[in-house]
Amino acid sequence: MSFEIVARPHQQNFIDWAADKPKVLVLSADLTNSCEVGKWRDTYPDRFFSMGMAEQNMLGFAAGLAREGFEPWLHTFSVFLYRRPLDQLQMSVAYPSLKVRLVGFLPGIMTPGGVTHQAIDDIAVLRAIPNMVIFEVGDATEAESVIDLAHKVEGPVYIRQLRGEVSRIFPKSEPMAFNRARILSEGEDFTLITSGIMTEEALRAVPLLKSKGISISHLHVSTLKPFTDPTILEYLNRAKKGVITMENHSIMGGLGSAVAELMAENKISVGLKRIAIDDTYAHGASQKYLMSEYGIDAKALVEVVENILGKKLGIEEVDLSSSRIASLHSSAKVEAL
Amino acid sequence: MSENLNEAKVNEIAQMAHGIRERVLAHTLKNNGGYMSQACSAAELLATLYGAILSLDPLDQPLAPSLFLGVPARSDRNILDSSKINFETGARFHGEKKPELDRLISSPAHYALVIYAALIESGRLSEDALDFFNKDGSTVEMIGAEHSPGFETTTGSLAQALSQAGGIALGRKLKNESGRTWVFMSDGELQEGQSYEALQAISFYKLNKVRAIVDVNQGQCDGPMESVMSIEPIALRVKAFGWDCVSVDGHDIEAIYKAAMVESGKPRMILCYTDPVRGLPILSEREPVLHYLRFTSDEERAKYQLAFQEMVTKS
Repeated sequence: MSFEIVARPHQQNFIDWAADKPKVLVLSADLTNSCEVGKWRDTYPDRFFSMGMAEQNMLGFAAGLAREGFEPWLHTFSVFLYRRPLDQLQMSVAYPSLKVRLVGFLPGIMTPGGVTHQAIDDIAVLRAIPNMVIFEVGDATEAESVIDLAHKVEGPVYIRQLRGEVSRIFPKSEPMAFNRARILSEGEDFTLITSGIMTEEALRAVPLLKSKGISISHLHVSTLKPFTDPTILEYLNRAKKGVITMENHSIMGGLGSAVAELMAENKISVGLKRIAIDDTYAHGASQKYLMSEYGIDAKALVEVVENILGKKLGIEEVDLSSSRIASLHSSAKVEAL
Repeated sequence: MSENLNEAKVNEIAQMAHGIRERVLAHTLKNNGGYMSQACSAAELLATLYGAILSLDPLDQPLAPSLFLGVPARSDRNILDSSKINFETGARFHGEKKPELDRLISSPAHYALVIYAALIESGRLSEDALDFFNKDGSTVEMIGAEHSPGFETTTGSLAQALSQAGGIALGRKLKNESGRTWVFMSDGELQEGQSYEALQAISFYKLNKVRAIVDVNQGQCDGPMESVMSIEPIALRVKAFGWDCVSVDGHDIEAIYKAAMVESGKPRMILCYTDPVRGLPILSEREPVLHYLRFTSDEERAKYQLAFQEMVTKS
């Protein structure tokens, strides 16, 4: 399986989109080029505000600007949007339900920057915060179309955004839709629900599973909060042998937990297996290496299916069609982070 | 606007300050608890602020506090529909917002009782509002939030107000508004790192319409700040961040006013050094912990009752 590779999908898209929206501002905390808004700054210097390495204050400034009718879009790495300034995010932004957009980069284990740069519990933390809306993009089309979607939300939004070299999995003509899962495969026995980069990873294994006679539905989810999409419930009800979730996040509080809650509330009694980072911090290494080390890759998905069925399917690692993993030193990134 | 207040105005503000102390003490006696020392320290500061410094839209008559109607969120959780957001902040007690008028963001939300008293004294909040203080279902909450009278934002987690005000001031600057954005602060929150992030950003963006006025009562929850975590020399610190900063006697109405009205082309902080037992000397028996007054015996309560009678006679 191979997809078109888009370099820096956010960069020019966000510039074009913001052209006729004078209230849209960008606030940045010393990671401007790393978050693909360096060109935005040069295009709209009067609407760009460098806040320095001071995220707590940046959240407060964003709140004040939003109260004055502006729409601040904060760009930095995910960890510096929710982990460091959590109280400021909650009290200054989330409680008053202000239209502040948090564009968080490097979700999960996408960076060799190690534990300090890896947002592995952002969904868990932010899902618990009233008024927050959480989107996670899975490809270049979503990295582009999430912007207009977030813009329409009457309250704070957190985006798990992708940057650098990003695959285009979904056609440009099919933009991200609010609270609507994409159905990528139809089947009766298993329902697989994936989010973010895990969707591309799962797409390495799903065709092979199908070729072995496994009947599997595959849903890609990009709205993580609210989590009220009737499509998801429909496909959970459909699964005869098991539900599998796959996320680039801790096993606690993310997509898998949201699905578990939905299943329990709706008396869906089939088993659930969550492929996620199993309650551990990670370390600095390449995305591919970490996905394998923490068991959140295509191989892990095959093993989970095999375990549920209690038999080997004869799918070897070499069979798993090589999914593209962006190179560490891509020219589409300003540093190797 | 004049740099000096005439004698009649000074007397009027002094009466307001007296009224703030009296109202807070009456409330504390009635409810066996209250933020009394904050009233003693900040009475002149808040009276001068509301009575003379701030340019706010006048109200036709004092407003009654509303009941708590819900948090600022979409009532039906339909996040794409703005029509469901029905929330009014406590800034309505400051009158209509206008480009040329001032705004006030109050940071130490535990001063709420004192702020409510100041609003009553300045004719913006109905006299009986304190009857609803800390009562279930009321917006006259013990620690003010943005639905509470006089509060425009939620600031009880200290040091967030200065950043919020910075954002408001930046927004107002982008809209070419001429009014000032005031922040009422307490000194304790200058222990928080965020305060300095806010100082540097407000200075960096030349938000010269920001004014911070601080009740430097030198006390905090655990006791005297000197023993908890010293923040002196405040003025030198603040000036080093590119602000103007001036220290005044926080009970000297004319001095507060004069310091507040200087336009120097920089953001400006007025440090009001205050006495946390001013106007109620028996409070000093409780030193060094003055953060909250709750009577420990009937005898103590009787002493404060007597002090209240004296206060009333003086007014």
